[in-house]
Amino acid sequence: MEKLNPTARRDLFGSKINRDHSSALVYGVPWLSIILASLVPMWPVIAPAPVVPPLAFMFLLAWRLLRPGVLPLWAGFPLGLCDDLLSGQPLGSSILLFSLTLIALDLFELRFPWRGFWQDWIVAAVLIMLFLLLSGVFSAARLDLLHFWLLAPQALLSLVLFPIIVGVVAILDRLRLLRVRRID
Amino acid sequence: MAPPAAQRSGTNRRAQFGVFAGYLLASAGAALGALLLIVSLVRPEAFAGLRTMASDVTASVGEAGAAGRVGTSNFFDAIAGYYEAGSKNAQMKEEIAIARVKLAEARALEQENEQLKAVLGLAQDEREPVAIARLIGSTSVSARRFAYLSAGRADGVKVGMPVTSPMGLVGRVLEVGRTSSRVLLLTDSESIVPVRRATDNVVAFAEGRADGSLRLRLISLGINPLEIGDVFVTSGAGGMFRPGVAVAMVTELNDDGAIARLLSNPAATDVVLVEPVWQPEAVAMLERPPSGPTEEGIEEVAAELPDPPASPPLPPSPSPTGSAAPDE
Repeated sequence: MEKLNPTARRDLFGSKINRDHSSALVYGVPWLSIILASLVPMWPVIAPAPVVPPLAFMFLLAWRLLRPGVLPLWAGFPLGLCDDLLSGQPLGSSILLFSLTLIALDLFELRFPWRGFWQDWIVAAVLIMLFLLLSGVFSAARLDLLHFWLLAPQALLSLVLFPIIVGVVAILDRLRLLRVRRID
Repeated sequence: MAPPAAQRSGTNRRAQFGVFAGYLLASAGAALGALLLIVSLVRPEAFAGLRTMASDVTASVGEAGAAGRVGTSNFFDAIAGYYEAGSKNAQMKEEIAIARVKLAEARALEQENEQLKAVLGLAQDEREPVAIARLIGSTSVSARRFAYLSAGRADGVKVGMPVTSPMGLVGRVLEVGRTSSRVLLLTDSESIVPVRRATDNVVAFAEGRADGSLRLRLISLGINPLEIGDVFVTSGAGGMFRPGVAVAMVTELNDDGAIARLLSNPAATDVVLVEPVWQPEAVAMLERPPSGPTEEGIEEVAAELPDPPASPPLPPSPSPTGSAAPDE
């Protein structure tokens, strides 16, 4: 009797028999996670200075780097709008930066199609720092030298947090691809 | 590991068109974003309606969490506060028992105080707060310092109203939604409050700094009379903030003033009061074009005054406004 392949019936994402991916999860989870991350200003934390990492942007980067096809190129506009409505930035700042990030990553990928932990982290680090710097410039706050000093702890925290966010996105990706739909 | 070659369209016309359309849409999004950014930098109040709608929708989520944030001072303390909730609870119960007794004593004293004041014939100039609300959250990512308040138009909150806590001034209302509003905190770099030293009449402007402290700029030049530990209160100039509300304490001296620490740290503030604008007529006058009072302006102000004045009100004094630019 021939041996059945152990992954023939089940794999990481659930039973393969009579089950399929749910399109709501497949397309919804990335969007929902980024939108939820842009609700950070509604956390019960009243910060005296900018300290919290730009979570929405980091989730966007993590999804884009982990699953290149999952967000369309135009996703920067709706996601940036969500982020702008609550973040305190003038409306348009995140729309612009999110859109430019997605275009830049797409072009970067054409040139450097390889992947790896360190490459992704360095790309993310550069983009996060640019994002924080440009957000500060666009914020309509009166900027002085002190302000740029204050960016340093926020940027460092963001860089250290990024691999953790990628981990969270990987867990969400498993949730996204669960076979929950019953095929009739 | 190379990624899946999803975007390499090859000779497939349809795929080529899809990639092209994707770039086109994304560039259009970026251009629209840039346009919106320019509009909102030129006119900061332009998208207030959209923003307040969003904060109305999400405020109920934030409000639930805000109840747990008491007596904390920064981001990490706020998170730690949730872990220590149990032991703090027991301690607080004990404190409440003591506080109840003290409260009863205070009530008695208050009554006595009122009686004595009545004997002396002193008029009480206490104003009823417009609303009592919680600070839900703040823009902790951005360089701007806004907070969200759990009261809005439905509670009678209007733009420009001062927000205070028992410890002192917190900020002023900037945008009002139906059930939530946005507060410009004192530490925002666009916030300017006219203040004076509590003990005498050394007047200054308190400007927000990026790191959560205030910069006091003295109005009169000369030898810096400030000392570390001086407490500053609102002066009432500009008519927006009621005079005598505590603002900040000097921690560091510099050439033209001092760096001061905020007395009512918004991070440690649970419940805040929204107060009416102290002298709405003065604020209305100051927000007019700088050419001076117009005929209709005088009529409008006269209509707003409680009693019809015998003579037209005085032209606005050249004293500074109680705020940043009115359209901020």
